[in-house]
Formats: sequence, C-alpha cells, structure tokens
Amino acid sequence: MCAAWEKSVVTDNKTSDKTKRRLVLGCGALVYDLLRLIEQNPGLSDKVKLQCLPASWHNSPQLIAPGVDEYLFLYGDMYEEIYIAYADCGTGGELDRVLEKYNAKRIDGAHCYEFFAGSETFNKMTEEELGTFYLTDYLVKNFQRIMIKGLGLDRHPELFEEYFANYNKLVYLAQIENEQWNREAEQYAKDFGFDYEYRLVGTGSLDCVFDEIEVTHLIKEEK
Amino acid sequence: MSEEDDFDLNDLDDKELVEQIQDDLYDGLDEEVTEGTKILLDRGWDANDVLGDALVGGMKIVGIDFRDGILFVPEVLKCAGAMKGGMNILRPILAQSSEDTSLGKFVIGTVKGDIHDIGQKLVSMMCEGSGFEVINLGINNPVENYLAAIDEHEPVIVGMSALLTTTMPYMGVVVEEMEKRGLRKDVHIMCGGAPLNQEFADAIGVPAYGRDAARSAEMAEEYVRGLGKKRGHR
Repeated sequence: MCAAWEKSVVTDNKTSDKTKRRLVLGCGALVYDLLRLIEQNPGLSDKVKLQCLPASWHNSPQLIAPGVDEYLFLYGDMYEEIYIAYADCGTGGELDRVLEKYNAKRIDGAHCYEFFAGSETFNKMTEEELGTFYLTDYLVKNFQRIMIKGLGLDRHPELFEEYFANYNKLVYLAQIENEQWNREAEQYAKDFGFDYEYRLVGTGSLDCVFDEIEVTHLIKEEK
Repeated sequence: MSEEDDFDLNDLDDKELVEQIQDDLYDGLDEEVTEGTKILLDRGWDANDVLGDALVGGMKIVGIDFRDGILFVPEVLKCAGAMKGGMNILRPILAQSSEDTSLGKFVIGTVKGDIHDIGQKLVSMMCEGSGFEVINLGINNPVENYLAAIDEHEPVIVGMSALLTTTMPYMGVVVEEMEKRGLRKDVHIMCGGAPLNQEFADAIGVPAYGRDAARSAEMAEEYVRGLGKKRGHR
C-alpha cells in the first residue's frame, strides 16, 4: 500500500463501498466539516463514501495531486461518481490534470479559504490587506501540530521571521461558532504580533461535493 | 553535538574540512559553517573555491534532498541560514577581488499580489553562490518594478516567483510587457514557485522554469555559460 493513505483518515466503513454511488475524496483538514454535512443530511451516508487524505499535505501541496492520483488509480473505478474535496490548493493545475483522467470534479477556487469565505469576500479581504494569514476551524484546533510543528517553529523558533515577516494580520474564517477556538485564534494573532479578525463564514461551497445526490431529507447548511 | 563527537575543525585536512562544512551546512549549523569557512580562507584558499566547493556544493545536496522529500522547508531554511553565515565572510572578499568572477546580474522578485518570498530568497542565495550579482526586488512587484530594475541594472536574467495559483498568471503580464519593449533579446527570463510547472512556463512564454532553488541556480549558470559570457557582464 502506498504511503499516501497509510496515514489517511477513513471516515466511513459502515457500508460496502460498492453500494455507494459517489466517492468524496478530500483533504483531512475538511474531515469534520464533511462529516457534519453528512450528519445533517440523512441519506447521504448511504450514498457517499468519504475518504480523507493527510491534512499535513496542507504544508506540502506537491504531494496532493500524486496522492489523489494514486488513490483514484486503485479505487476510483469502484464508484460511479468521484468528487474531490480540494480546491486547487497550491497544485498549480496539477490536481485538475489528475482529475481529468478520472472524470472527477473538485471544488472551485484556489484554496479552502476561498471556498469557505466565497471568492468575492476572499478577494476583497486580500485586496484590503495582502499580508493576511488565514486560519480555519481545523487549523485553529490543530495549530500546534500543523502550524508550529509543521513549520518547524517548535524546533527552530528563529525561523518565525522567515515565514511571517510579510504578514501583519490573522483572519480566522470560522466554520462553526466556538468561543474557545475564537479566543485561541486571537491569542495566536497576539503571539505573532498580528491584528486579528474573526469571521463566521460557515462551510461556503464545500457542500457542492454532494450536489445532485438524491436523498430524501437533504438539508443544506445555512450560509 | 555530543561531547564524544566534538572535535576541532582545524584538525581536519582540506578535503575532510570541505566535507565537514557540507555536513554542517546540511545540518543547519551556521556557527560551524562560518568557522570552517574562515579556516579554509586562513589556509590560503581562494574565496571562490570556498564558495563553490564547500557552500554551493553543500547547498546542491540540500536542494536534491528537498526535491526528493528527504528535507522539508524548515530544514532547508536552517541550511540557508548556515550558508548565509559563510556568505557573510566571503562576500566582502569576493567584492574586493581583482578577478572579475561575476556571471552578471540577476534580478529576482515575487510578483504582484504575492507576499511569499522564502523560495526566491533561496534562489537568490544559490545564484549569489554561483557567482551572480543578485538584485532582489522583494515581494508584491508590479510589472513596473521589473522594468525599472532592468533599466537600472541591465541584468542578464530576470526571475519571477509566485506561490499562489492566483498570482502566478501575473508573470505573463511581465513577459508580455518585456516582449512589447523588445527586452527579451537581451534578458533571459526564468520563473519558479511551488504551483508552477514547465507547462505553465511554456504557456506564458518563459523558457526556463526552475523547479527548485538549486536547479534554478544551475539553469541560470548554464544559460550564462552557454552564452559564452563566462566571467563577464552583459
């Protein structure tokens, strides 16, 4: 088995894969949001197989397209439809070239910050302050592991300037309301010396990975 | 370093010392790299040879292991910091050298809308190590900045960097403007950045895509030497 999913998250093994029509193969950083959307929509869990790849690839986007390719090569033909819960995510079009081979779709946008916030809002935020560093629920919850350890700042705090010298603001794009995470994100901003902004944006267009699935009680999450 | 591993760099012969500097550079040990650089100079080594054999040689190994997924960004940044230590010793000596060893000027910058500069700083350092006089424009550069730098510095190469899928198309704007102004016959263009690939470079008309810092520096050097401009300016 390849290294890609030795560390991946299998989120649903209740039903045989072959009984499911759609594979949703996504970023591990979206696993809680995808699970929540499935739980909110009775019927989806019987029709969707959710498989997540390592969230740590957030820091190594060059691994995403080959990892997706390898998974789909082995398991893609078990499903009628394949939806990828990734945006371009820094692959520079490589992911799209892989998806073309499997007739798979992905979420529009450059990255999760864009599809969570919506392109118009995200572009406006970028125009207002180019040096903005974004966090999502997952990144706040896993800040120490993904950001501090992932960037080596626990071992080499002196690298902080190398990474963040050009940033001066942190925006927390929250998927759900959680005061504890909000406080934590604000503290991270303070620790980094950044201005802080909290925006409850929800999951944006993430639910498009379930588009056109006929279920009896589809409840779209309020935007 | 553990006590039993502790040793004096002065005890090593030249070949061992160069290898040790490369190892220390790989491990991101800036003090040791600086000390080793000084020792080689004290032994009468030419600054260009110290740079090429010890520092650039070491960074090439780092570049290969980064490309192959053995080293990651934090480690590479530590290596770059160690190389910077050695460069700080060598730079003033190279500047005063009577021998003109420059490969020419290399203007580099991150394109408009993008504030990421880790990669282009690594390229800058590698190119400086290869013998280029590097003019780094920093981040968020509109086309006007590149054009002004070309007018002012007359570089042999202009390098553009981007980390974002949303900003990399701006490279095409710079290329187009250079084309319009007839600058491309004199200035070679290179591009790089995590989301780029050769296909993208081809699409915007950039002949040289550097997949990583080490390869970018190699390509820049190959280009200049290919022009027969070894040790010369434009």
